[in-house]
Amino acid sequence: MSSDLNPTPVYTLEQVTKVYNGRKVLEVERLAVQPGEILALVGPSGAGKSTLLRLLNFLEPPTAGCLTFHDRPFTAETEMPLALRRRVTMVFQRPLLLNRSIEANVRFGLQLRGEHDGDERVRTALAAVGLEHLPHQKASTLSGGEAQRVALARAIVLQPDVLLLDEPTANLDPYNVGLIEEIVLQLNRQPSPTTLVLVTHNIFQAKRLAQRVAFMLDGSVVDVADAETFFTRPNDPRTAAFVRGEMVY
Amino acid sequence: MAIHLYKAYRLNPCPAHWVFPAFRRIFSRHTIPDLNSELAEIIGLSIQVSGLALVISTLVGIPIGVLLGLTRFSGRRLLIALLYTGMGFPPVVIGLFVYLLLSRSGPLGGLAVPFIPALFTPAAMVLAQSIIAFPLVAGFTMAAVMGVDPQLRQQVMALGATRRQAALAVLTEARVGVVVAVIAGFGGIISEVGAVMMVGGNIEGSTRVLTTAIVLSTRQGDFNLAIALGLILLGITFVVNVVMLRLQGKSFNE
Repeated sequence: MSSDLNPTPVYTLEQVTKVYNGRKVLEVERLAVQPGEILALVGPSGAGKSTLLRLLNFLEPPTAGCLTFHDRPFTAETEMPLALRRRVTMVFQRPLLLNRSIEANVRFGLQLRGEHDGDERVRTALAAVGLEHLPHQKASTLSGGEAQRVALARAIVLQPDVLLLDEPTANLDPYNVGLIEEIVLQLNRQPSPTTLVLVTHNIFQAKRLAQRVAFMLDGSVVDVADAETFFTRPNDPRTAAFVRGEMVY
Repeated sequence: MAIHLYKAYRLNPCPAHWVFPAFRRIFSRHTIPDLNSELAEIIGLSIQVSGLALVISTLVGIPIGVLLGLTRFSGRRLLIALLYTGMGFPPVVIGLFVYLLLSRSGPLGGLAVPFIPALFTPAAMVLAQSIIAFPLVAGFTMAAVMGVDPQLRQQVMALGATRRQAALAVLTEARVGVVVAVIAGFGGIISEVGAVMMVGGNIEGSTRVLTTAIVLSTRQGDFNLAIALGLILLGITFVVNVVMLRLQGKSFNE
């Protein structure tokens, strides 16, 4: 966990817990996300991966503990300022688009920020996901893969510091999976790379994309390692079982 | 005797026998010279009273409907139960309530405060109709907003929306249902007679609206006029709904 000692992480989590209806679903002792990295959160269903992602997007406050983002605390009492909150965005497993045109969906986040001259950025984002030829088509007419690509376009048009991906390719065909993974890798190879946190229960995807992997089990982060160590020489016996596919989930 | 009266006032079952005389009656300046200006006044007041009441109930009802649909707080269930009760409340009971409220011996009647209308004025009718339309607008808006996938709000928040922006986005997604809410509110008050009769008093040239005029002309046995007024009322409702539908339809093509 030596990389966790990096002096300027984007996020640091200390003793963060989240309780729903008296049930503790998340208990992260310590975790840091480094600028410009692709961190994969893997683990069985119900391990708290998506909950952690919602916390990282400031959609819900932690029940206890402290999450810091660019040195600003986010706790049960302190909200994240809007300007900082807007530097993070997420792509969900099930994209819900607005009942408008594709272009209007991609423009939406810019409109929320009061930016009305983003034509060029919208076009670039649509081109990045390969949908520049149908900007005026209604979003409701798209296939699952196209809808997810619009969801990705409406996120990357915002040029966020951090992009959170919650099982972004779980229900997609191989063509769309490949396309989305390629876009994700390109975002990370830009001159000022986007920091990516990817939730997946597909360890092959984690292997293809991530530089670092965190393994979650029952709400806790039980192991964090760089991708190579994680997959070839896992330190934790539970990680080893998961990587070998022996963990039942 | 009763049978004789029935026969005397029986209408011909063929609509042509009463629709045309009804309109001849209205548009003829010779039979009753002031009828046209009086009629215009009645129509104008109907539209003004119900229109203003609709604006008020929409401005109050839509935000409350959104609040009830999107947030969770203690007492919400009770409020929704009250709202549903309000949606089925007999207008005449609301008329009675407003009457008692504003009458000289009522809690507000003695106060000479601005914005509190006097009984038997159009303002009192607007107040009563706003109370009638409000639960309809708020209740249907709440249902429309609750019909939008709750995940959508979260995804909009993830794109950087403030709470207000997210609520507005959900409201825009629910626009078809919200227009229905406004239509229901308008339908509830333009056709309403009990409350406007009680708090307005059906005073000629002052608080007479289409519905109360229909009641009066029916009582006077002037069926032609009553039918004509009824058809005008239907016409107004139809035109208003066509306009609303266009609003709904346009939003589809955004």
